[in-house]
Amino acid sequence: MIKSLNFLGTPSRDKLNLFISIGAFIFVLGIIDVILNSFFEINITSVLPRWLNYFTPLIFGFIGLHYIRIEFSGNRTLDSLNKNINSNWFNALLSLLIIFVLIQNIPPLLNWLFFDANFVGETKEECTGSGACWVFIKIWFPRLIYGLYPNAEIWRINLTFLMLIALVISGFFVPPKIKKYIIIFLLFVFPFIAINLISGGNFGLEWVETTAWGGLSLTFIISIFALLFCFPVGMFLALGRRSSAPVIRYSSIGFIEFWRGVPLITVLFMASVMMPMFLPDGTYMDKLVRVIIAITLFEAAYMAEVIRGGLQSLPRGQYDAGKSLGMGYWRMHLLVILPQALKLVIPGVANTFLALVKDTPLILVVGLLELVGMIDMAKTNPDWLGFATEGYVFAGVVFWIICFNMSRYSQRLERKYKTDR
Amino acid sequence: MNFKNSSLNITNFFSSKPKFRYYLPQILTVLGIIFIFGYFSYNAQVNMDNRGIDFGLRFLGEEASFDIQFSLIEYSGTNSYARAYLVGVLNTILVAVIGIFFATILGVVIGISRLSPNYLISKVAEWYIELFRNIPLLLQLFFWYFAALRALPLPKEAINFFDVAYLSVKGLYIPKFIWTNFPVFFYSIIASVVAIIFVYKYARKQQENTGKQLPKFFISLGIFVIVPLLTFLIGGVSLSFEYPVLTQLSKTIFNYIGGVAIIPELMALAAALSLYTATFIAECVRAGIMGVTKGQKEAAASIGLTPGQILRLVIMPQALRIIIPPTTNQYLNLTKNSSLAAAIAYPDIVLVFAGTAMMQTGRAIEIVSITMLTYLSLSIVISIFMNWYNQKMAIKEK
Amino acid sequence: MSDKIIEMIEVNKWFGDFQVLKNINLTVSSKQKIVVCGPSGSGKSTLIRCINRLEEHQKGKIVVDGIELSENTKNIEQVRAEVGMVFQQFNLFPHLSIVDNCALAPIWVKKIPKKQAEESALKQLEKVQILDQARKFPGQLSGGQQQRAAIARALCMEPKIMLFDEPTSALDPEMIKEVLDAMVDLAKGGMTMIVVTHEMGFAKEVADEVIFMDEGLIVEKANTKEFFANPKSDRTKLFLSQIL
Repeated sequence: MIKSLNFLGTPSRDKLNLFISIGAFIFVLGIIDVILNSFFEINITSVLPRWLNYFTPLIFGFIGLHYIRIEFSGNRTLDSLNKNINSNWFNALLSLLIIFVLIQNIPPLLNWLFFDANFVGETKEECTGSGACWVFIKIWFPRLIYGLYPNAEIWRINLTFLMLIALVISGFFVPPKIKKYIIIFLLFVFPFIAINLISGGNFGLEWVETTAWGGLSLTFIISIFALLFCFPVGMFLALGRRSSAPVIRYSSIGFIEFWRGVPLITVLFMASVMMPMFLPDGTYMDKLVRVIIAITLFEAAYMAEVIRGGLQSLPRGQYDAGKSLGMGYWRMHLLVILPQALKLVIPGVANTFLALVKDTPLILVVGLLELVGMIDMAKTNPDWLGFATEGYVFAGVVFWIICFNMSRYSQRLERKYKTDR
Repeated sequence: MNFKNSSLNITNFFSSKPKFRYYLPQILTVLGIIFIFGYFSYNAQVNMDNRGIDFGLRFLGEEASFDIQFSLIEYSGTNSYARAYLVGVLNTILVAVIGIFFATILGVVIGISRLSPNYLISKVAEWYIELFRNIPLLLQLFFWYFAALRALPLPKEAINFFDVAYLSVKGLYIPKFIWTNFPVFFYSIIASVVAIIFVYKYARKQQENTGKQLPKFFISLGIFVIVPLLTFLIGGVSLSFEYPVLTQLSKTIFNYIGGVAIIPELMALAAALSLYTATFIAECVRAGIMGVTKGQKEAAASIGLTPGQILRLVIMPQALRIIIPPTTNQYLNLTKNSSLAAAIAYPDIVLVFAGTAMMQTGRAIEIVSITMLTYLSLSIVISIFMNWYNQKMAIKEK
Repeated sequence: MSDKIIEMIEVNKWFGDFQVLKNINLTVSSKQKIVVCGPSGSGKSTLIRCINRLEEHQKGKIVVDGIELSENTKNIEQVRAEVGMVFQQFNLFPHLSIVDNCALAPIWVKKIPKKQAEESALKQLEKVQILDQARKFPGQLSGGQQQRAAIARALCMEPKIMLFDEPTSALDPEMIKEVLDAMVDLAKGGMTMIVVTHEMGFAKEVADEVIFMDEGLIVEKANTKEFFANPKSDRTKLFLSQIL
């Protein structure tokens, strides 16, 4: 095919400007053809038979790119353009296809998202445009964030999260001595404060049952609690798996492989229908608590593998040095091994946390309504039928922003700790 | 003085008996495990007695009395729970295989595109990965099922593929293959595979002895196409199709009868699983290809191998060793993720068995345990395979 | 000793904006041994990598054994079959045994029967004195053994020219000698060799001509005795004083 193209004339460096101008012109012609076809229904090549007509933008673009494909032209932008998108006919073809697909699809997408969309209004009737009905999201916003929590008490959830953010941020800016106290406070005291604030029942706060918790706040509550508890459990499992005592080692392996081998949905089913059977007759454990315990154990198994990777990659010399100084098992691990290993596993821990956040929507199959569950409820509300797309796009954007930033942050951490070594 | 001595003796007692430190934690762990299991079993027993449920697997033989929307084998409400379980397992395997197939193709394409020197191609691949990786799988599934597939036209205006297949909001209808003498065709395929193996063996011998290389690929292709084709001509095999036909079921309801119906639930699940898992496979492929040092390619080029030979003999063997273990892990994840079928009513194991069957019989413990054990056995089988593969392929070092 | 086997005429090469080879003129006769030395970044590795077209030159002409190097694909593999290369990082194929590493190209490029290729491979391995390692894998060999295996692999294609890109720079000191000995044997056997190296002892023993490069230019080119006794340029003198 390359040979047959030569009838078009091979561009050469001497007549540089001639070829570039011809090539650029024909290429732009192709782009204009696509734009006219897609948006204005005008067909400048309608004289040609049907199939040829459909492909004219491609042919124009291809010929145009062929003419500007001059090696070592001396012009820096042209050279980098050529080397990049236009290095041979196959690459040129793919580049053209991508450009055309983008041109054809991005404007309608933007139209639906912004330009034709409705942002103001109170009821379904005010969504008249052909675009997205963001009124739906606007009206349901409090429910999507706070679930079925009573409106009057929402300040309690806000207060809890503000405290959390304040504690975490202050943890970065305080001298190391106080940092230790902040971490201990965060791990041991804060959970109690949080539970009391959100669930209520004491200190004169109205009690809100856990089935009323929902929305994005529930996503965060579950993620944070599960992360807090799965970390120490995972650490013990990882140490257990590396132990030389066979009973401990094999029970750790069995425990870890069990949770890693089953899907999260079955774990949630187990928590919601099977667990009550294992509790003494008459006792009732709140469903949310059961679900958090199940998710914690599930993620702890994955966390254990991540931590084990860190323990394994630590040079054996560290263990030898610790032992030769007369340290016992626990002292050596607490003072020497774990501080180093944990630094190594921070990226893996961040990844596990990311997976945890992405797994939280599954709890809707056992009746707990976090963000996606609330959207399900909203879209089946008789007053607001038919807005499934808007709902899921909104949820998708929210999750995407959270997860994308977390993964960027974890990549940054990984790079930072790599250079440290 | 005496007091001091006695306390010293106690600490000496413990530290001078390493056996103690070795056995004591283990004994405690065993006791702990026994205690926990005993406690749970006792409670379970009490609870079940109080509710009048008994424990056992005999219910598996009882009549299921519920229908399943989509099944690969014959099933009706009069079949047993055990058969319903089988239907669920087959449906899970079906969606997993379809998902793995498409995820692999897509993942490989995107992984290689990520490495392209073409800015547009590699950026598009990067955006794809970042988009589909950071949105929860359940959300993607809901989007496909509730938003995208619901936007398909009604059967009356279905999307038409050359008048043999139709895509509408009720599903994808494709022609049903009706074979006569199918076994003959099947054996011919097996025969051609065996023949191809022999061709490769013979070609290798030829190369070892004389250095000449036979065009193995084309010969194999020829065999694979011609031999089965022959069965049509002289083997008495014939193939006819049952095409889906638009029929009016009632005054306003139209649908396609005949042919094979691929329900939207299956399509949505397969699409979501493939698109999501492809992102992870793409990263595995990329890591594998990048993991082969540049010097390998140069060394292979410097001894005169063609680019095709370099890829086949030097790069791919090394890259595959890096790619295959994590990719197999992703296949396992895909299979486990197929359990999300429960959220959109695709009849896989979880929906059929741990959902409908459990609601009907109330036997939570047996059913959830069987479901978990099914997935567990699958994981273990794949783990064993992976360990074997890793050992076999390990690049030998000092 | 007179037929030109490599000719480089006014060769220029850029990496993006940076010019790495400036007007290189070089002629190599058959059976000649040339050592190229110079500070890092002087372009010496790039120079020899242009000869088997692992790098492409933008201006000028390179002719190897009568074949001009250009975009034409067919002749590149022909050229590479005539030119063997040994790398600083050895680049043995880790998934193949040593003898398979050596026999790979003869089987697939020269289409030699497997038994015959293996026999010649074993002969080459014997010449570099690692016959006992033939069935082992690269990961099981020491650095010096790996480099000698790499030399044997290149020799199995029976090249007319051997290029060496800093072959001993990645080796521990006690292993440098065994590799240099193998290279000296090769030189004595009449191979045309171009060696980029800092090992001046080797240059004095084996080279016919020594070339000093700096910043992409050939600063000085002379026969070995002249080069070490009377270096003409100041830069050469500085360089020699630093490494001798």
